Amino acid sequence: MNETALKELLYKIADDQLILGHRNSEWTGFGPLLEEDIAFSSMAQDKVGQSHALYQMLQTLGEKDPDTVAFMRNADQFHNCILVELPNGEYDFSLIRHFLYDTAEAIRFEMLSESSYQPLADISKKIRAELRYHTLHANTWVKQLGSATEESISRLQRSLDSAMPYALGMFEESPFEKDLISSKIFGGEQALKERWIKKIEAVISQTQLRLPDWKALQPVTGGRTGKHSEYLQPLLDEMSEVFKIDPTAEW
Amino acid sequence: MYGGGNTFEGIKTDSIAQEDPVKLAEFEARIERGEKIEPTDWMPALYRKQLIRMIEQHAHSEIIGALPEGTWITRAPGFKRKISLMAKVQDEVGHGQLLYSAAETLGKTREQMIDDLITGKSKYSNIFNYPAFTWADSCFISWLVDAGAIVNQLANAKGSYGPYCRALDRICAEESFHLKYGHHCVIYLATGTQKQRDMFQEAINRWWTPMMHFFGPSDKISAHTEVLMRWKVKMSSNDDMRNQFLDMYVPKIWELGFTIPDENLKKNPETGRWDYTEPDWEEFKRVINGDGPCNKERLEVRRIAEERGRWVRQALKKAQTKYTVPLA
Repeated sequence: MNETALKELLYKIADDQLILGHRNSEWTGFGPLLEEDIAFSSMAQDKVGQSHALYQMLQTLGEKDPDTVAFMRNADQFHNCILVELPNGEYDFSLIRHFLYDTAEAIRFEMLSESSYQPLADISKKIRAELRYHTLHANTWVKQLGSATEESISRLQRSLDSAMPYALGMFEESPFEKDLISSKIFGGEQALKERWIKKIEAVISQTQLRLPDWKALQPVTGGRTGKHSEYLQPLLDEMSEVFKIDPTAEW
Repeated sequence: MYGGGNTFEGIKTDSIAQEDPVKLAEFEARIERGEKIEPTDWMPALYRKQLIRMIEQHAHSEIIGALPEGTWITRAPGFKRKISLMAKVQDEVGHGQLLYSAAETLGKTREQMIDDLITGKSKYSNIFNYPAFTWADSCFISWLVDAGAIVNQLANAKGSYGPYCRALDRICAEESFHLKYGHHCVIYLATGTQKQRDMFQEAINRWWTPMMHFFGPSDKISAHTEVLMRWKVKMSSNDDMRNQFLDMYVPKIWELGFTIPDENLKKNPETGRWDYTEPDWEEFKRVINGDGPCNKERLEVRRIAEERGRWVRQALKKAQTKYTVPLA
């Protein structure tokens, strides 16, 4: 087993979950209705919890403890895709991002539940079960708002158009892609992307939205190799503000 | 989280005279027997009005109370605290949801209540008009403000209105976890570095007056509320609740080696009650009436959230589902 490849895979998934979990938690107290505050908070807890479990797995592979890994790295050491670090914007953007991202994650963990690396396969089964509710939530809202009023449809369409290039960046390949596929640790980004397109098409086709011509779009990549937007470092500074008062202290 | 102290300003009891005396006597006898009043039961107009006012203020306190702590979710140190604080603040918003539903059973919609909150017509717990400057402030809120809220809410859970009591039973169960979480955070600060200890001591110094205000004005200067006590709308006097809180938590604060900024604070062996310096009730009035450090900010955040979310709520109205009053 190529351990470097495995670690790289775990880092990017864990970082994705942590950063989007953090963004989701920013909706607490600000949702368009209380029920959505609560829903985004639940998803935030799941995602941050999932990232913690994956960082723990990394620790068993010789990496530092989860708190140090999450709270002490700089932006260029994070491997999350750029989609998850973008600010929440209005609810339509957060919802569309949630839809595009969680559809992919649900497939990703379904694929990983077959991983040849058993600890990853085991945890993926658990995460997959949690993500089922995230995709159910996203699909319900996209179908509702994507077919309701002129404003809701045009807002969702605008967000879909602007998020799509970033969403395609989720599938930026790892330098170890071939290793991961041949060792059956992970089926690969390409296979994931193909399944993802079908799933999102199936939901979008039930609304008055149209899917942008994704083949013509240039994916926004770089996140997987630590090249991020200007939004990630301030997020990390905020996240570690108290922790860094004294990293040796117990809080 | 709710102190309830601001609920019972003066009330006009004239309307009671216009109620049907037979029904009123029956209603009072039911309460006397410890029965719960349910949404479709007969009730005096004043009872309905006061309950709406109280439950609504409680609901507002939950969602406004989510703001000072909510700002620390993104800064909570370490996974354990980050996840716990998210869950804790989520609970508070959930309490708001539950309470708005309980108040809706009395005939006022959630939209009307939130409009009244934003325009300042309806109040919320005064303590949330103070800022949470540091992580230690958020720990103070989770431990001690929630502790105060439990004292108040356990009392109210024995009240007479069924939907509110049932909501409170569930809320109190969740609040007891908040209290454990808050206490745990404070123990780590108390047994940590000097800097951590100083942070919490400063938080106590900042929050003590608002905490004393939390239970409402001293009985000596509060409005008379006999009828509300008889109807089991108000269950305990402000001073009794304050005393109960001091009895339970002052020893715990001292035990952790912290001081409380009131040199007169001590338990009086003769009366068995706590002596303390009366907090500045003029400040309380000023803050409740809008002139506190964060009143404008809190309402502005709520107003912006409502405005930004309006299109979502309008889009939901296109659904074919029929609105029903919740059963609570």
